[in-house]
Amino acid sequence: MDRPETDQTIRRLIDPFNKKGVEITEATTFAGDLEFDSLTVMDFVAAIEDEFDVIISMNQQAEIETYGQLVGAVHKLQADR
Amino acid sequence: MSEGISQPDKPETLEGESRDLFSKFDDLIAMREGLLASGQEDPFNLVMEKVLSPTRAICNGRDTILLGTYNYMGMTFDPDVVEAGKQALEDFGSGTTGSRVLNGTYQGHKECEDALREFYAMDHAMVFSTGYQANLGIISTIAGKGDYIVLDIDSHASIWDGCAMGKAEVVPFKHNDLEAMEKRLRRIPEGAGKLVVLEGVYSMLGDIAPLKEMVAVAKKYGAMVLVDEAHSMGFIGEHGRGVCEQAGVIDDVDFIIGTFSKSVGTVGGFCVSNHPKFEILRLVCRPYVFTASLPPSVVATAATSIRKLMHGSNKRAHLWENSKRLHGGLKDLGFELGTEEPQSAIVAVIMPDLERGAAMWEALLKEGLYVNLARPPATPANMTLLRCSLCAEHSEEEVETILGMFKRAGKAVGII
Repeated sequence: MDRPETDQTIRRLIDPFNKKGVEITEATTFAGDLEFDSLTVMDFVAAIEDEFDVIISMNQQAEIETYGQLVGAVHKLQADR
Repeated sequence: MSEGISQPDKPETLEGESRDLFSKFDDLIAMREGLLASGQEDPFNLVMEKVLSPTRAICNGRDTILLGTYNYMGMTFDPDVVEAGKQALEDFGSGTTGSRVLNGTYQGHKECEDALREFYAMDHAMVFSTGYQANLGIISTIAGKGDYIVLDIDSHASIWDGCAMGKAEVVPFKHNDLEAMEKRLRRIPEGAGKLVVLEGVYSMLGDIAPLKEMVAVAKKYGAMVLVDEAHSMGFIGEHGRGVCEQAGVIDDVDFIIGTFSKSVGTVGGFCVSNHPKFEILRLVCRPYVFTASLPPSVVATAATSIRKLMHGSNKRAHLWENSKRLHGGLKDLGFELGTEEPQSAIVAVIMPDLERGAAMWEALLKEGLYVNLARPPATPANMTLLRCSLCAEHSEEEVETILGMFKRAGKAVGII
């Protein structure tokens, strides 16, 4: 899967968690713009992990603040598999 | 989950003051002041002026039934336990003033570890100064950088802190969700060290983990398993060894963590294990090494209490009766509870919101009943809970009295 495809898939996955319909850009932040709390983060991360069959530890999550960083990280995790 | 945080003295925030390191607490300070301004008694600043028994105290001047102390087996005033403590205080003094690996291992510490090994029928026991330090120390020492810890999202703060301190890769799964746990174990890179951390009883809702299934899955993926039995020791399982024993998987669990501050009735923590190399932890576990050991009177009371708990089956049976009666009674009154059926000695009553939860807590206190108020962010799904923990020393009549108090307070506050 190339980066645009990864991006499209994550956009689809984020939709049910984006309750306020915030416009998603590379710079959108999860804590600030999307107001994800810890339980939402867990469910959202689980959805991504299941879709891509990867593991994103909390240590890795701590490095991810924006949507763009997430797409990059998932893309890389897939490539490394 | 962490307990409610208390700030004993009311901090003053001055308008226009410049930001400093305390500014991050401003929202919490405002929330607390809002609550107190509504005329509340401060739920996190209660003082017990006199403790009459494991189930009664004078709180804020009122004779109060205690229903939120985790003193499950009522050992705090057991005459043998108190006597053992007095004797040790007399014979060994008030404190050890030293680490377990220097001058802080007395005969009493060894006897306490002997009692634990016998209680659990395991080869090794290591006593820590608190339960918090037991989780912090064991988890951070055995799972380091590059290892993976798979744990329940509702784990206690001491477990989370142990994970952070050890720098392992931390992978949480949805509470009590076997499938979510298995998926995460399956995806861990080959060759990495794996530790699964579970709790027997989760203290917020009082529900138990499906340990039979979870431990089997963890073993299938070659993970070590640590189970925190803080809220089940002394009560659950035929010999009171916890949910592991009840589920028949105690021999497959690598480490059991526990505390002396609940059923045992004093303070301290421990880890028991059959691992052949376990004793090396005494030299490499920093929260064990770099702190003073428990006072002689504390380990003497703990050892005496643990030995009495081995023969506590009648008390265990009465505690189950209490738990079932309170759970059923509250359900009949129309309260929403944390579990459909009673699973432990904790009955969590779910409040509609923090305001009414705090009002209900205060109404109960004025009735003469103390319960724990648990509020976000310490609670799962941001719930406000009134947590009731029963004691084997609560009489049948007391449980009926408690139900009457809940009925009156619930109607006054408009929850039922």
